[in-house]
Amino acid sequence: MEATVGSANTIGKLNSEAPVSKATANYKEQAAGKTVGIPFVEHPKMSMRDVQVYYGDKQAIFDVGLDIGKNEVVAMIGPSGCGKSTFLRCLNRMNDTIDICRVEGSLKLEELDIYDPKLDVVPLRARVGMVFQKPNPFPKSIYDNVAYGPRIHGLVSRKSELDEIVETSLRRAGLWEEVKDRLLSPGTGLSGGQQQRLCIARTIAVSPEVILMDEPCSALDPIATAKIEELIAELSANFTIAIVTHSMQQAARVSDRTAYFHLGKLIEVNETEKVFTNPDHELTEAYITGRFG
Amino acid sequence: MNTSSLLLTIVVLIAVAYFFGRRRSVSLADTSQGGYRNLNSLPFYYGTLTALWCGIPALLVVALWLVFDNTIIDSLILAQLPEPVRALPDGELGLVLNSIKNLAAENMTAGDPEPYVVAAADSLNRITAISQMAMAVLGLTLGMSLAVFSWFRIQPQQKARLQVEKVFKFILLSCASIAILTTVGIVFSVIFESLRFFQAVPFTEFIFGTHWSPQMAIRADQVGSSGAFGIIPLFTGTLLISAIALIVAVPTGLMTAIYLSEYASSTVRSIVKPLLEVLAGIPTVVYGFFAALTIAPLIRDGGAWTFEFLGLQMAISSESALAAGLVMGVMIIPFVSSLSDDVINAVPQALRDGSFGLGATRSETIKQVVLPAALPGIVGSVLLAASRAIGETMIVVMAAGLAANLTANPLESVTTVTVQIVTLLVGDQEFDSPKTLAAFALGLMLFIVTLALNYLALHVVKKYREQYE
Repeated sequence: MEATVGSANTIGKLNSEAPVSKATANYKEQAAGKTVGIPFVEHPKMSMRDVQVYYGDKQAIFDVGLDIGKNEVVAMIGPSGCGKSTFLRCLNRMNDTIDICRVEGSLKLEELDIYDPKLDVVPLRARVGMVFQKPNPFPKSIYDNVAYGPRIHGLVSRKSELDEIVETSLRRAGLWEEVKDRLLSPGTGLSGGQQQRLCIARTIAVSPEVILMDEPCSALDPIATAKIEELIAELSANFTIAIVTHSMQQAARVSDRTAYFHLGKLIEVNETEKVFTNPDHELTEAYITGRFG
Repeated sequence: MNTSSLLLTIVVLIAVAYFFGRRRSVSLADTSQGGYRNLNSLPFYYGTLTALWCGIPALLVVALWLVFDNTIIDSLILAQLPEPVRALPDGELGLVLNSIKNLAAENMTAGDPEPYVVAAADSLNRITAISQMAMAVLGLTLGMSLAVFSWFRIQPQQKARLQVEKVFKFILLSCASIAILTTVGIVFSVIFESLRFFQAVPFTEFIFGTHWSPQMAIRADQVGSSGAFGIIPLFTGTLLISAIALIVAVPTGLMTAIYLSEYASSTVRSIVKPLLEVLAGIPTVVYGFFAALTIAPLIRDGGAWTFEFLGLQMAISSESALAAGLVMGVMIIPFVSSLSDDVINAVPQALRDGSFGLGATRSETIKQVVLPAALPGIVGSVLLAASRAIGETMIVVMAAGLAANLTANPLESVTTVTVQIVTLLVGDQEFDSPKTLAAFALGLMLFIVTLALNYLALHVVKKYREQYE
């Protein structure tokens, strides 16, 4: 991977002591800082440049530029409210459901402009799937939960094909052995960890190219978390994954590159090992050593 | 001392008791050893406890006194009357008692009062004054002495809060039982009157009869009024009108709810929803004359024109089930839309996000995720609307008529159970003729049907809940 330089902004030293609410002047000063490390890669699956996100008058994301390579796992970490989830939700336009949210900049899935006003979000979301923080199985049977995506996208014509997709997806999500005898019982009756794996199975049943995961393990116990992490590692063979997490150990375990967000800005992106052993930016170091966050 | 000033005095007494009770507990709280922390409860509770000790017994005495004093005074007065007067039958005795009371209260009678009436009126005035005074003295003494008793009992370790909470729990319980007891009372009175009705008219005739004509002969020689009490035409009429109303209201209301909760911007929603709820606030009698004066003639003229155009020989009544049903449907739209909107909104956003995240369209999300999740609530709202439709009277009286036709044709005039109950009971009626008692039997039937409907609704809701959560 080759590091390219992002936006040609002047370098301003970021001040780690700056309080969040100080003033706009402070924000501007910090916004002038550019991301350190290797935010960009060659032949990215998704590439984002100069992304700004506003909630009403309040700006939540400042000048973020980031690439996600094919079959790469990129972890996004940072303190609460730093904008990592907001950024993730831009990648398949989930922010559209929030009326006051406005996104600027260039976001691309290969050659497709994600924020093209003429774009239909339905095929986009079929290509860029999403797993949420809280397991949210539909009030349907386990089978129907997984079959939901293939059905609405008309991916199958025969029941046997659908059965096959459901089985494969559940197998890949590591859930098949646990639920194969009760496919018709409600998905909401599963345990939290099983529900989250069901949601992952539901997502991969549509065969997306990219899977976005928004803190997928935050509601789960350590054993369920370990299973999901194992699953992420397996899925990365076939899927491109962007994962937001609060757990630095998790980021270290599952990701290839790690992006550190701070107050709406992307501070540093580097190979995961480097971020957690020898970060380039002092803010990153302060965060991973637990001085704040 | 009259009753209202007595009540006012008791209220003042309660306030005083609260004040002193609170003050005693504060002064007992030893500030050198942590102040209020020494008290088992906050000073507020000691004050309230003293106030309760004072207020509840005093008010109870006054209430019991007011309930029973009339009966007791009456019997005292009666005992004073001369022997021949006491021997009079009940009705005439009541008249005598009445004239005594009139003389005592306003000093006016018809003609010259008998001397024993004047004497009784005097003693009535005397006894009433004594009774008032006794009530005041007893109530106030009891309240004050118990307040003092309770005041002396205040100790830092007294569990005042638990006692106050127990009393308030009891007050809440009695409020809840008022509604329940009233319902039970209504049900029993309806059942007993219905049983009297069924002694005159056989139950099977009532349930399975297809002819409703509740005209009973009052004199033996009266002609043309043999009563017929078959409720089938009434129930079919009710069902017909309710069905038309629901056919109008359920799709309209449900789609309104879907639009408001899923598609409308918050500005549109904040305007449309209150406007819709205004519909629910229009008095039904206004809907009634709208139905009778606007919709019914429209249907009659439009229908006549259509039949003429088709070359059919058919007349349309100017009062029709269709007119009543259509307007009633409009009336219950807000019930369906408002409640469904609430339950659709209550479906977690996470479910919608999950569906959108898989690339589902808005419509797929609504049909396959949101509506199934909201189904129990939607069923509930529809059943609520249905019970409104079944119970509605005014619109039917004005727009559908009173003729108990057994028909499924919405263009004919029909009548409903509630309308018949009204017509049976208005005006001068004898309360022992089957005609009047039939109203209670109809009420009972309606009650049973509505209860069955509610039970069904609960059952449906429960079934889906189990399946989906």
